[in-house]
Amino acid sequence: MIERIADLVNADPNIVRRGRYLSTTFMLEIGDAPYLVKIIEGRVVSITPGPFVTPSYSFALRAPRDEWEIFWRKIPPPGHNDIFALFKRGKLKIEGDMHTFMANLLYIKDVLAAPRKEAVQ
Amino acid sequence: MSPRFEPITGRYLNFDLLGRPHRLYIEEAGQGIPLLCLHTAGSDGRQYRGLLNDKRVTDNYRVIVFDMPWHGKSSPPDGWQNEEYKLTSRDYIDMILQISDALELDKPVVMGCSIGGRIVLYLAHQHAARFRAIIGLETAAHVAPYYDVNWLHRPDVSVGEVSAGVVSGLISPTAPDNHRWETLWHYMQSGPGVFKGDLHFYKVDGDIRGKVDQIDGRASNLYLLTGEYDYSCTSEGTLDVGKRTGAPATIMKGLGHFPMSEDPPQFISYLLPVLEKIRVT
Repeated sequence: MIERIADLVNADPNIVRRGRYLSTTFMLEIGDAPYLVKIIEGRVVSITPGPFVTPSYSFALRAPRDEWEIFWRKIPPPGHNDIFALFKRGKLKIEGDMHTFMANLLYIKDVLAAPRKEAVQ
Repeated sequence: MSPRFEPITGRYLNFDLLGRPHRLYIEEAGQGIPLLCLHTAGSDGRQYRGLLNDKRVTDNYRVIVFDMPWHGKSSPPDGWQNEEYKLTSRDYIDMILQISDALELDKPVVMGCSIGGRIVLYLAHQHAARFRAIIGLETAAHVAPYYDVNWLHRPDVSVGEVSAGVVSGLISPTAPDNHRWETLWHYMQSGPGVFKGDLHFYKVDGDIRGKVDQIDGRASNLYLLTGEYDYSCTSEGTLDVGKRTGAPATIMKGLGHFPMSEDPPQFISYLLPVLEKIRVT
């Protein structure tokens, strides 16, 4: 699922435009599987699976695998449709450089929700 | 599309509000029982555009929507540049009562969403006799902070876009795209510090947990409607208020934190039976 994020984001000119001033690498953890997502000017240029020895990233988002799987449904049920909903239920941990995260929040939400574009209900 | 005016009248009211001269923007449509509507934090009266345009509502109700001071087309008071905007429960209550008086409304129905859904609990607690009925949308007695609201007002973050980013997930995933993005647009247009200032009431000053048990939901004709996708004012929070006050509480399918704005037809299908009940009571 997560590997498809790059193609899905890069194929959507509106998402890329929203992120055009963002170049960063963030950590995404799906359960115990870590990935580094590298973004340059709104395009996802690589998604590298761990394990990592000394990973460098701006911020990290960590949630159990089953939470991400429900989050990526076409129409997720209440409590699962947004990273803030996961966060408020204590299922998602957000840490690191909050400035990069908050300043680009709409774009980052679009990137994380990209797998829904291909999900079947 | 042929040109068409909506049946809404918008006017500016000049009067003293909270002890200072104010210029307040007010829209209305319809005739009958006054229905005074309160928008959410960091937004404005455009959230009620669906209601103002729905004949099934306006046939029997005079729908009145004001932009709070600092919001929408209402101006902040003179000297605003030298103060930090912070909404308190006392000012919010006084504002609603003073606007109702200025418009000479006779026992209006009041309906508020989010911060508006909270303040109506204060009205039910302290001023129930002034209202024919009270409708709380997305009502909870308290919402604990779950992110740092300082991100909503600082010069190195786009105030409008971070505000929209913070609330975007509160809209139901089933909401039509046009209404979703209209709802977010209102947040993007909010002035710097206004959303944050409203949240002072929502998350700090406006904690009414200790008084909920003193509210008589039946005597005050209180109704509660909450969208199932609202993770800010949760279904559990609303049902708890309903249980403790005796007010009927309905969880609305396919709606989130901004029901009147994110999917007006879906919301109005839940509201019409409540309005009818109030009308015949």
